[in-house]
Amino acid sequence: MAEPLAQPVSNLIQAFSRLPGIGPKTASRLAYFLLRADDEIALNLARALEELKARTLFCSVCLNIADQDPCRLCADPQRDPTVICVVEEPLDVQAIERTREFRGVYHVLHGAISPVEGIGPEDLKVRELMARVRRSLETETPVQELIVATNPNLEGEATAMYLARLFKPLGLRVTRLARGLPTGGDLEYADESTLANALTGRSEL
Amino acid sequence: MAERSRSYRTRAVILRRRDHGDADRILTVFTPRRGRLELIARGVRRTTSRRSGHLEPFIHVDLQVAQGRTWDVVTEATTVESFRGLRSDLGRIGRAGYVAELVDAFGQADPEALMGLWELLLLALRELDTGGGHPDLLLRWFEIHLLGLMGFQPELARCLGCGEPLQPVTNFLSLQAGGFYCPSCGERLEQGDPVEATVLKVLRHLQRSPWSAVRSLRLRRSTQAQVESVLQRYLAAVLERRPRSLHVLHRLRSLG
Ligand SMILES: [Zn+2]
Ligand SMILES: [Zn+2]
Repeated sequence: MAEPLAQPVSNLIQAFSRLPGIGPKTASRLAYFLLRADDEIALNLARALEELKARTLFCSVCLNIADQDPCRLCADPQRDPTVICVVEEPLDVQAIERTREFRGVYHVLHGAISPVEGIGPEDLKVRELMARVRRSLETETPVQELIVATNPNLEGEATAMYLARLFKPLGLRVTRLARGLPTGGDLEYADESTLANALTGRSEL
Repeated sequence: MAERSRSYRTRAVILRRRDHGDADRILTVFTPRRGRLELIARGVRRTTSRRSGHLEPFIHVDLQVAQGRTWDVVTEATTVESFRGLRSDLGRIGRAGYVAELVDAFGQADPEALMGLWELLLLALRELDTGGGHPDLLLRWFEIHLLGLMGFQPELARCLGCGEPLQPVTNFLSLQAGGFYCPSCGERLEQGDPVEATVLKVLRHLQRSPWSAVRSLRLRRSTQAQVESVLQRYLAAVLERRPRSLHVLHRLRSLG
């Protein structure tokens, strides 16, 4: 029996279905869209994918994904190297940068502690953070504060507790992003942990 | 035949979750009547979701679920027990992760075993949350009762070779056979690990006692370590793998 689909089309559909959040239907829709669309659209996508792999690297200082090493943030003399904001993923750096509130530097852990999934501290970029902090203590700009900006969920909290245990003995200030009620939320729907955190983290009016 | 209802309400404990799409999560939960289920919770990764705080790992939750095509959908979620004490301690988080992994692994149990497994899970989480007993002793008690519920109860009373009652001497553990051999039968075993009499005694006590009768037990560190080793090798043989949460548990536990 002949293959119902031309090989290049089924190859592309398979490649798309491996992406997160894309099922077989969406994969087919994308493939057929590209098949019918202008050549330019498909070729641009192909070039972008090639460059994604060829021209990105991990910054050796903060472990963020970058196009140069050290990355633009780590190389920027205007940023304060004594305050490190620790995040789980590269996308979190972008989210915090968009606020324009933070003038320090970052460290990307590439994950969070999750016992059920078998992800422990040694599977994250914690060792690199420790080496970075230790190195800085010998310089004129020693790290003074870690702002732990991991997600406000079990994995993120566990990671924050772990980092506090590790870095406080070095004399660093270890802080956590304030946790409170989400903007647009309704008090009566708040869960117990969120409400408790909002109470302990309350601020003067 | 009755028409399948479109929606149902159930108690559940959140065991695991993984991201799906832009803001959804697929939850693996354990329920007292339906066992292990995979459900989709839409939009819960947004910080404005009013359900997200109720759907964190280890939370005991009351769910309203609508039947869906690939996954049933969580439409309402209310916390019954949040176990905040457990969540504020790294060692206890590690232990709860191990408990959740084991329940996940055995969650497709026989219907008759589900309620027992549900009660065992809740007892373990409550004890890790506020209990005064030793959390590692709790894990050992949990392991041996989990094995019993799932039909893998190790034989601790009689020799698997000659059938004679095991004496308080060093006997031989056989993981394949699921129990112990007396010294004379054990000599002929190809793979048998010698296990001290005190260890077997502790295992028996754990197996036949409710937690309330075990929790105040104080074991020497070396006995505790041997009991742990026997049970974890036994579990790994049953599961045909070593639980992945164990190395994380050991790391987090070492922090105190
Ligand atoms: Zn960098
Ligand atoms: Zn015998």
